[in-house]
Amino acid sequence: MNKISQILLRPSLANNFATTMRTMPALATFPRWYSADAAAPPAALDKETLDKLVRTNKVVVFMKGNPQAPRCGFSNAVVQIMRMHGVQYDAHDVLQNESLRQGIKEYTDWPTIPQVFINGEFVGGCDIMMQMHQSGDLIEELKKVGITSELLKAEEAKDSTKK
Amino acid sequence: MSKYTSKYLEDKLKEKLDATYVHVTDESDGCGGKFSAVIVSKAFEGKALLQKHRLVNTTLAEELKEIHAFSQKSYTPAEWEKVQQQ
Repeated sequence: MNKISQILLRPSLANNFATTMRTMPALATFPRWYSADAAAPPAALDKETLDKLVRTNKVVVFMKGNPQAPRCGFSNAVVQIMRMHGVQYDAHDVLQNESLRQGIKEYTDWPTIPQVFINGEFVGGCDIMMQMHQSGDLIEELKKVGITSELLKAEEAKDSTKK
Repeated sequence: MSKYTSKYLEDKLKEKLDATYVHVTDESDGCGGKFSAVIVSKAFEGKALLQKHRLVNTTLAEELKEIHAFSQKSYTPAEWEKVQQQ
């Protein structure tokens, strides 16, 4: 996983799905983050369905592309923030499903993708995640749902070696 | 391609949100599809981060249909002061 992250983090590759696939053919069959709902029926997603979808995990992200190959800079930023905090989350690719893309925008009354949910509650898009990440609020929000951020762990480890 | 410019967005935000400071940057190389904005307004006081952003999104609802990438930093005057000191 580390090796994969390193490769994905290289700026030249970060947004280049094709190159990544050439260098890491294994990724093409790496199923871990792929959404089970990616091939949902074409009918517009109703509130009831989305109510369930946003609660399939403590953290759920609606994005363009998938975490291995985000297809938008804003979605990529959210993926990188989640990676830094070591968060396990469900990701749904709205580019695979137009009814999901429209449905989620109406559901949250929020005009853009990505959209991040914590404990079924809409938290925000890329700007908000960035600001929460920078202010430390994200660590607190994750703590509330029982997720200890890797950044917090690293901080604590540093403190204990000092003592 | 959208018909909007940084100047237009700045004026609209200033007027609608009674903003004390607005700076909109066109990041689209002139095509008008991507902007980033810093907005300082008393209207944000007492609002959570999400609510601030919602207020701006609502204000620009019509424009955001055409602008496909819009990023914002929205501050109350007090928060803005802190940001500038950093």
